[in-house]
This record gives sequence, structure tokens and C-alpha cells, in this order.
Amino acid sequence: MSPVTGLAGDPRRRAFINARLLDPAAGLDGLGGVLIESGRIIASGPEVTEGSTRGADEVIDCGGHLLFPGIVDMRVFTGEPGNEYRETLKSASRAAAAGGVTTMIVMPDTDPVVDEPALVDFLLRRARDTAIVRIAPMAAITRGLRGEHMSEIGMLQEAGAVALTDGRRSVTSSRVLRRAMAYARDFDMLVVQHVEDTDLACGGVMNEGELSARLGLPGIPRQAEVITLERDIRLVELTRARYHAAQISCAESLEVIRRAKEAGLPVTCGVSINHLTLNENDIGAYRTFFKVSPPLRREEDRAALAAGLAEGLIDVVVSSHDPQSADTKRLPFAEAEAGAIGLETLFSAALSLHHSGEVPLERLIAALSVTPTRLLGLEGGSLAPGQPADFAIADPETSWTVKPENLHSLSKNTCFEDRVFEGRVVHTVVAGRSVFTYD
Amino acid sequence: MTETEKSSRILTGRHLLGVAGLSVPEVTALLDLAENYVGLNRRADKKLSVLRGRTQINLFFEPSTRTQSSFELAGKRLGADVMNMSVKSSSVSKGETLLDTAMTLNAMHPDLLVIRHQHSGAAELLAQKVSCAVINAGDGRHEHPTQALLDALTIRRRKGRLENLIIAICGDILHSRVARSNIILLQKMGAHVRLVAPSSLMPPDAARLVPEVFTDMHEGLRDADVVMMLRLQMERMNGAFIPSTREYYRFYGLDEEKLRLARPDALVMHPGPMNRGVEIASSIADGPQSVIREQVEMGVAVRMAVLDALARNLETEGGGA
Repeated sequence: MSPVTGLAGDPRRRAFINARLLDPAAGLDGLGGVLIESGRIIASGPEVTEGSTRGADEVIDCGGHLLFPGIVDMRVFTGEPGNEYRETLKSASRAAAAGGVTTMIVMPDTDPVVDEPALVDFLLRRARDTAIVRIAPMAAITRGLRGEHMSEIGMLQEAGAVALTDGRRSVTSSRVLRRAMAYARDFDMLVVQHVEDTDLACGGVMNEGELSARLGLPGIPRQAEVITLERDIRLVELTRARYHAAQISCAESLEVIRRAKEAGLPVTCGVSINHLTLNENDIGAYRTFFKVSPPLRREEDRAALAAGLAEGLIDVVVSSHDPQSADTKRLPFAEAEAGAIGLETLFSAALSLHHSGEVPLERLIAALSVTPTRLLGLEGGSLAPGQPADFAIADPETSWTVKPENLHSLSKNTCFEDRVFEGRVVHTVVAGRSVFTYD
Repeated sequence: MTETEKSSRILTGRHLLGVAGLSVPEVTALLDLAENYVGLNRRADKKLSVLRGRTQINLFFEPSTRTQSSFELAGKRLGADVMNMSVKSSSVSKGETLLDTAMTLNAMHPDLLVIRHQHSGAAELLAQKVSCAVINAGDGRHEHPTQALLDALTIRRRKGRLENLIIAICGDILHSRVARSNIILLQKMGAHVRLVAPSSLMPPDAARLVPEVFTDMHEGLRDADVVMMLRLQMERMNGAFIPSTREYYRFYGLDEEKLRLARPDALVMHPGPMNRGVEIASSIADGPQSVIREQVEMGVAVRMAVLDALARNLETEGGGA
């Protein structure tokens, strides 16, 4: 277990009492409190009460709200370095804090690409100096994300990269991916793939089907995802590398994942909150904020993904936070960039699946907080004593309206503009320090 | 040549295509004979007449400086007439097939044909078609028997034995005929062979070749008696099989820190030519544990022994008369 570097712990002894603790990792679900000191949890559970924490420097009454391990968001794009006007590590970290995300895993699709140990080092230093939540980078699988030559996987790991991915791109060459996976396995590095057959998807801008036919937009068939996923799983069979499909978007992919898991292969998958809560119909009148990659699919795919998450077939939920500015979004649908921001709305949108009865709350917390830490070999993801004091407090009932001008992200391309959410994060703690309070 | 040498048959086969077909007594006899030639090669007068009247052709389809010159010198010291044919100056580059070349050469009645070819199985194919003795000087990624024999001789002279030594073969095992021949020969002679390489340079099912396979150099070198480094070919270096030469050196290059994990008296070997600063640090290559230059010396002696042994068979078969 390696700590995500960057933040010094708050030395004070702080008590959070009268909370509903929910931690699938430590098996906590009930009223209690958390006592922290020097940035770490020193006690948690029903025994941490007002009476037991009298010596604390500070006692915070959580008012019965939900307290859970901080979210580790495994798919965050920022504009730093290279496109700081879209998002910096600092601005993204503020959005993260407001959404209960205590660790952001940032993607290597920057300018320059994070394919070089010195750039990992740069990112970690920038994170330490500017961000208010923890940041850990994934590094490129291939140099320059070009899909041709594997990057310096061992040295990138030593520098602090927590996994490998070509970000928005899929490694298309089976030969290149096979060798990179074989090599990554020696370092126990997780290989994270954007599952899309680039060739089959070429030119497509939305899900292929009746709606794309009606809108007159070129489509991306679901098979583009399934083909790559099935190919990749064959390569896992060959190399035994730890493999994670960054985001799946359709029902057929779930069956592929199911077979791989039943075969005992080290395969996991994620889903973005967009694909769990939206479908292709949301595109409506060519609304480019709903252009994401992979594309939003049919309602039956969305429902199947939610069921897959409830069942545990889907391991991780991500925001897929991807800041785009007006110059890349205020364009005809086909020309607009894919991507939507989501750090700040991730938890509220996830909670809607709990309110609708589709996904139990503890499954959501497992997929947001617990499993990502385990997959990446990070500390945290739990309220157990000894763990970093990274957690969030949420009021599951309070309703709020998403107003782009109130969001902390520098870019405002949210899929949830004017959406009324029931429940939100009201307090976020990173390394024992309160980095966000809702008012 | 004395009568006892003439009559003593060392190898049962007509060719030396690989170490796979050799028995333990054959290997031991070859190494013993080579040992004699080590002494000879250190004398001022190095010339023998064991192969007088014999014609040896070195047919090299792949460029090689040290193996070709080693075979040439070995043949000349034993008194053979040696001719070198390399691909650049032969009709092979004009489109003639391997077998056409072989038949043409065969018509010239050579006694010993040494072949190096870029494809596995080329020596075997040639041996089926010619009437002389064929010596495999390296075929593709299949075998390089004289290299394994010279490595065995080097180790045996230094350690006094091959049995129960822990020998770590490290590096590009996937593409290495040197590794393959050494795996076979050294295990045959009772050594414990380990393979150490990143998975991308490890042959499939490596664990079926040797009992111990390591992807971590630190673990693989622990308590080794011999550390055998392999050459990393230039075309494998940049991102195809490994990320970069600096990363390779960091994790798989033999430096002082990694060598400390082996036994203090461990031998360091390399078949050459070396990429200094890629698979091996200069200080190690030139250091007190290195026997790399000795390997070159043993190479000539082993090749003399092989040529001698195969020529004896020609005589007993009457093929050379």
C-alpha cells in the first residue's frame, strides 16, 4: 500500500460524531463517529461519541448525516499541463472536494503526455503545491499515446504513477498491447483500457441505432466496445496482466465481463456516472454536452449497467470528468469534442440510483471509494483505524439545483445543468483537513 | 595425429546441429579434448596437422565477427583448408535458395561445413542434403551448440564442475539461441538453471524449460554461482519488447548492486558483443568476476575439439577418403 503523496496531515485531534457511518470495507453501517489525529483515523465506530471524545481539539456533530470513505475517482481529465484554461489541478481539486472526491486519478492525455517519469514527478509536485485533495497520475501505456511503443513502465511506477492507460485512446495493436501487458504484469501495474475499436467507431459521434438514424448522425455500434473488450480479455488470458476496462457502456459488455470473471481472470471494469444515469435520448436537439466517449447508449443499456453495478459485476464508478470549453463544445454535434465534467455531481448523481432503488447505497460506496483504492494499491478507501483521514459527509435528503455558475470547475460542460438532485456532499475531509463545507 | 587419437571416437553423430542430441559422456569427452587444445593455443607453435587435407567451409548467412573468426582459426590451427563464404559475396543474395547453395558447395567436396543462418532449422535442412559434416554455428533462435560448449568449459575450468551450480541466464531469452543451447546443455550436465527476464522477453511456457523462472532480477540472482548475461538486440530495444535501454538497465542490467545478490565468487559471463550500459555495467564487464574474455579463448579450443571429433567420424565412415 502506498500513500498518495502530496498533502501534509492536519495534526489536530478532531472528532466527527453523530454520523451514520457507512464503510463496506470495514463492515460499518450504523450510527457512530470517527476520531482523527495527524491526518489519520485513530478510532471509528459506535463507541466514538460526544462522551468519548472530550479531549479532542474539535468536535463536529454530523447531525445524523452519512459519513463514508472519500471517493477515489479513477478517471479525471484536467488541462494541466497544456490546457490550463480548461482546468488546472487546483480548480479540479476544488470541484473534487465539493463532490466528496478525496483522491483524483488524473489521466495522461495532457500536453505533454504523461509518458515520462519526470512528468509524473512534475504532476505530483504541482498537486502538492496547488491541490486540496490527493492526486495520483496514471501514466501512458504507450509513448505519446501513439499505440506503438510501450512507455517506461517500471520507471513511471517508481516515479509515482499508479496505473497505465492511454486515456481517451484505445491501444489498437494487439501485438503492442500484448507486450505492454506482459511487461506491466512484472511490475503488477494495472492496465486500464478505453475499450473502443477505433477503426469501427471511426467517424461515429453517438450510439448507432434508431435515434442516430433519425438525427442523421453517424453512429458508433455497441460492437465497437465489445470487440475490443473481448480481444483484450484474450490478451489477459495470454499475459495474466491485471486489466481494467475504464468504462463500459452497453449490456453486451457486461456479459463479456461476467465470463472473464467466472474464468478467474484478473479483469475488472468501470462505468461512468453518465452512462448510469443518462441515455442517448438526453442528446435531444443535438446537445453537445451529452456527447461523451463511449457514447450514451439506449435506456436498456443504462438499466443493465445499473443492475450490473448492483450485482457487483461492475467494480468502479467514475465521473469521467472531462472539462471542455465553449470553443470545443459550441459546435455542430459532429464537430464538438466529447466529454463532460462530473467531479462535483458524481456523488449526487450516484445517490439518485439509490433513491430510485436501482443500486444499494453500500454498493455505490464500494464502487466509488473502496474498490478503486484496492485496484490501485492505495491506502484509504476505509474508515478503519490507521487509514488516512479521507472521508466525506453527505446529507442524502437535501435537494439542490445544479447551476453551472456555482460549480468549481473552470469549464462548465455539465450534463446535469438545472437538474434538481436529492442529496449532496456537505463536508469533505482530506488528510484530516476540512477542504469543503457546504453552506 | 597419434593412433589412439585416430581411433577414439568422441561423437556418435555425423553432425553437430545442437546440444540436444549430445549425451553426457559425449559432452564430457568434447570438453576434455577442448581442454587439451587450450594448452596448445597458449603455446608459441599452435599448428597441428589433425585436419590436414580437409576442407572446411564457413557459410555465414548472418554477419558475425567473433564466431566466424573463431571457427576459422580453429580450422587453421588443426591444419584444414578453410574458406569463408558470407552472404554478401555469395550467390544467395542473387536469389539462390539455401539448398541450391548447399548442393553447389557439396559438389566441391568439403569435409566440414560450418553454417550460421538467421532462421531456426536451417542447419538441420542443410545436413539432410550434404554429404559432409555440418556444424551449426547458430540458427535463428534455435541453437548455438559451440557457444554452450564453450560456456560449459569456461565454467568447468573455473568452478571445477558443472553439477549443482546455480546458473542464472538473464535477459533476452525469447530471441536467444545461446540461452536455448545453454538451458539444454547445462541442465544435462547437472546444473540448476534459472531464467531471469521481463515477461516480454521470456519464451512462452518458460517454466517447462527450467524449474525456476524469475521476472525480478534481484530474486533471480540470489545465491547464483554463475550470472550469464545475454545480448539485447538493437531492434528489440525501443518500446517493442522493452520500454527503453535506460529502463532495461535500471531493472535488468547487471550492475554492482544486483551482482551483490549472487554468490561473492559468482562468475559473470556474456556471449558478446556486449552493450555496455544496457545489459551490463562496464565496471562489471571488466571487473574481477568477469570471465568474458576467457569465454572467447575457450571458444577457439571448443571449436577445435568439435572439428576434430567430427573429422574422426568422417574417417571411420570412410567419407573423407
